[in-house]
Amino acid sequence: MKVAFTTSGEDLSSPLDARFGRAAKFLVYDLEAGSFVIADNQQNLNAAQGAGIQAAQNVAKLGVEAVVTGHCGPKAFRVLTSAKIKIYNCAAATVAEALIQYRDGKLRQALDADVEGHWA
Amino acid sequence: MIVAIASGKGGTGKTTVAVNLARTLGAGVTLLDCDVEEPNAHLFLKGELSGSEVVSIPVPQVDPKLCDGCGECSRFCAYHALAGLGAAPLIFPELCHGCGGCAKVCPKCAISEAPHRIGVVETLKAGDLTLVQGRLDVGVAMSPPLIRAVKQRIPASGVAILDAPPGTSCPVVATLRGVDYVALVTEPTPFGLHDLTLAVDMVRALGVPFGVVVNRARAGDNCVNDYCGKENIPVLLEIPDDRQVAEVYSQGDLVVDRLPEYRKLFRSLWDKIMSLRALKGA
Repeated sequence: MKVAFTTSGEDLSSPLDARFGRAAKFLVYDLEAGSFVIADNQQNLNAAQGAGIQAAQNVAKLGVEAVVTGHCGPKAFRVLTSAKIKIYNCAAATVAEALIQYRDGKLRQALDADVEGHWA
Repeated sequence: MIVAIASGKGGTGKTTVAVNLARTLGAGVTLLDCDVEEPNAHLFLKGELSGSEVVSIPVPQVDPKLCDGCGECSRFCAYHALAGLGAAPLIFPELCHGCGGCAKVCPKCAISEAPHRIGVVETLKAGDLTLVQGRLDVGVAMSPPLIRAVKQRIPASGVAILDAPPGTSCPVVATLRGVDYVALVTEPTPFGLHDLTLAVDMVRALGVPFGVVVNRARAGDNCVNDYCGKENIPVLLEIPDDRQVAEVYSQGDLVVDRLPEYRKLFRSLWDKIMSLRALKGA
């Protein structure tokens, strides 16, 4: 099973990006293999609108079953939910810490968007 | 003759200039309030509502029986109003610009369009003036289609004055496109000048002739006049920094009604615009 973490960096020690739609990258971690790849989300950084929707479509294509991020807005939440991807809000500083919290079952699945649209 | 009153910076006096110019010119003039997010010309030109029409934009609806989930529609939409995930796409009407492209690119003809209400256009009779204003519905983010609906009420002949929204983004461009002349209202301060230069870049890109109105003249420094001189931009009018004007405005009254000496000032603005138009046309 694969999990996407929002990040601005390239490895596990990189910061967990609090934003979903406008995160620069996704670190896609394969729990079985214990390895990861980096997926780009740059096209959304300067999107005038719909960044969350596009980002949600991007991660759906990566075949992940869960997303761990700081916050998730209503439109991204709708797309992710429709793609049957679970969303976990997390305040960890780095992707590595977020991964540990996820593995240890310390993160609770979000049942709704936790911020308004256009949260900056 | 269509003249738009615009500005880069908000609060410089667009509406003050628009309503007082309209009143000075008098009978037969149509004032169109294109600041549909917060129309305010009606506070000064009090009139009776004579008509109200609902404005909608066409948004996609998908027939799930015809859709094979190919995703062409969501790839086409620059505004992410459709999200395709291998099944019938999710639709976000609030992001749709109503272009109809998704329906055109759908290979299965599974997309039709349904109206999505964004606001109303109201017509008011204010004495011998006609006031047309758009009112964007609460929660709607996209004003240009409503602004275009307001502009469809520009009379075929006669004088139309457009009160533009502030700034330099899409709503302002939608307002200024196709007008005959733009008066940019500013105040003589560094803030006013900064945003004026942005507005000048915008109207130059649109190719519309323009001039500057300095409101609250002498309240700040000489930076705006220096800039206009350097850039060869005509200063159409300087409205003095007069406490009486502010008092009349704060009471929702027209300056030219309460302080008749201002009539000739607004008349001179119109004459100047006309003479500059005549020069350009020659």
